[in-house]
Amino acid sequence: MKKTNTHTGFSRLVYAVFLTLLAFVLAISLSILALITYQDNHMAEVFKPKPPRQATPVLIIPEAAEGVRNGVDIGTGLIADEGWEMVRANCTACHSAKLITQNRQTRDGWKEVIAWMQETQGLWDLGKNEELILDYLAKNYAPENKGRRANLKNIQWYVLKESRN
Amino acid sequence: MSKEKSRSIRVNKGDVSRRGFLKNSVVAAMGTLIGAPIVFSENVRANMLPLPFQQGDPLKDLGKDPALIVLNDRPWNIETPPHLLDDEITPADKMFVRNNGLLPKETDAGTWTLSIDGEAVKRKKSYTLQELKDKFPHYSYQLVLECGGNGRAEFNPPAKGNQWRLGAIHCARWTGVRLKDVLNDVGITDKAKYIGYYGKDIHLSGNPDKVVISRGVPIHKALEDETLIAFSLNGGPIPKLHGQPLRLVVGGWPASTSGKWLSRISVRDRVHDGPKMEAPSYSVPKFPVEPGSKVKHEDFKIIQSMPVKSLITYPKSGAMIKEGQKLEIRGHAWAGDREVKHVEYSIDFGATWKEARLSPPPNRLAWQRFQATVDFPQKGYYEVWAKATDSAGVSQPMVVPGWNPKGYLNNATHRIAVKVV
Repeated sequence: MKKTNTHTGFSRLVYAVFLTLLAFVLAISLSILALITYQDNHMAEVFKPKPPRQATPVLIIPEAAEGVRNGVDIGTGLIADEGWEMVRANCTACHSAKLITQNRQTRDGWKEVIAWMQETQGLWDLGKNEELILDYLAKNYAPENKGRRANLKNIQWYVLKESRN
Repeated sequence: MSKEKSRSIRVNKGDVSRRGFLKNSVVAAMGTLIGAPIVFSENVRANMLPLPFQQGDPLKDLGKDPALIVLNDRPWNIETPPHLLDDEITPADKMFVRNNGLLPKETDAGTWTLSIDGEAVKRKKSYTLQELKDKFPHYSYQLVLECGGNGRAEFNPPAKGNQWRLGAIHCARWTGVRLKDVLNDVGITDKAKYIGYYGKDIHLSGNPDKVVISRGVPIHKALEDETLIAFSLNGGPIPKLHGQPLRLVVGGWPASTSGKWLSRISVRDRVHDGPKMEAPSYSVPKFPVEPGSKVKHEDFKIIQSMPVKSLITYPKSGAMIKEGQKLEIRGHAWAGDREVKHVEYSIDFGATWKEARLSPPPNRLAWQRFQATVDFPQKGYYEVWAKATDSAGVSQPMVVPGWNPKGYLNNATHRIAVKVV
């Protein structure tokens, strides 16, 4: 690796080009992802065969899969607050985003999870991104005090007819 | 970096399909994005790719009831709402799933083998699945398997991990050979203290050298009649998600002791030390601790028998009935290694209790059916609570029990909401 002097105009240009390329790679890879999924339901490889699907045009990206709606990334369910892309890139390489969105922890708690994953699960050093990731998690997935036993929530009421036994 | 990329593609050289190539490119591109190589792309590929763009209903593809709740899709962690656990014998499509890694690629019963080794065997021995079936008598038992973390979602402050609510429990009928018959055939020494299983699942990182989970039980539990090396579930093959083609099944203990895709059992002269045997995994503090406190690893003990618990499986929470209408309720109760002696219910938040009718278990370590007919005194909002008591006189708590760092063993009384209108 060549060492560059970050104070020259030239290296700033290189950096800008690098960022542009990175954004480009991101866009391309997301499109490819979408394309593959559309063509190939990978579940079918693992489980029982499904009835054949009707032929469909190849280049349509499933609309429910991409973008941010109501402040939430549709693909992962992550809250689209500052740093969420970094969380997606580093955390969902190995596990589902659902493991994040169903949990609530303090900053220290999240830090412990990261340390545990680094010690036992092969997570890489997050470098300076760790601060950004921790800020994001601590802000958006913070614990709330539930007490000793919470009220029953989200009850779906329905009429139960008298049963004949 | 480029070295790693080319390596991952080279591994897949045999795969000439365009999709395969595209998938490899995506894995490589993802590696670029996160600034780190995804080294084991070959292993990760089959299970994980393009998660954000899954289409269709994954539960249907997995052979599961679409009303089950997906907590995690990589690895699969799926729970069952209580009202779907009403069957006496839990059908496969309503069984919760707790996987720690990715599904193995090959689960061919025709070539499957089980090896037995460890410090406390007289000699190592290996059996094909067919040899196991031919050589040893078959037994069937209905066995409760409950995740140690079932109910974790209620702990306060929250515990890390999958936020199981009520339904990480099933009681299906398993058929197989007794582990004790197999160990007898192998020959174990008097040094035998513990057994540990190994399975064929793949670590989330894709690293083939990393063991996902390898837990076990003390030798006395391993040698119980009901501890099976199972090859059949509810009369059919074991579904892939549940350990096809071979699973160790240990009733009444945390379901993580029932190793899936079973390929090896080690008979140890010490407490088994595979991944997720160590604190704080599947362990609780040796003494009660204040909620939220830090607990040193040496102060943890491994969970053994699960505690007494019950679930109201009928009606579904949210029933509205007319004034004067009687309500039939039913459910299951279980108590780890013990038997349930009685089940009571309350409609006044535990102020008064009435006895439910309770059936004996079909066999040891199976759940027991309870039923009752409930009268309500007047209109209003009610909660029906169920409380089981085991053979040692221990009951379920009405609030969330002792806090522990990983949120295990929540056996608080189940509650359903009822309105009399």
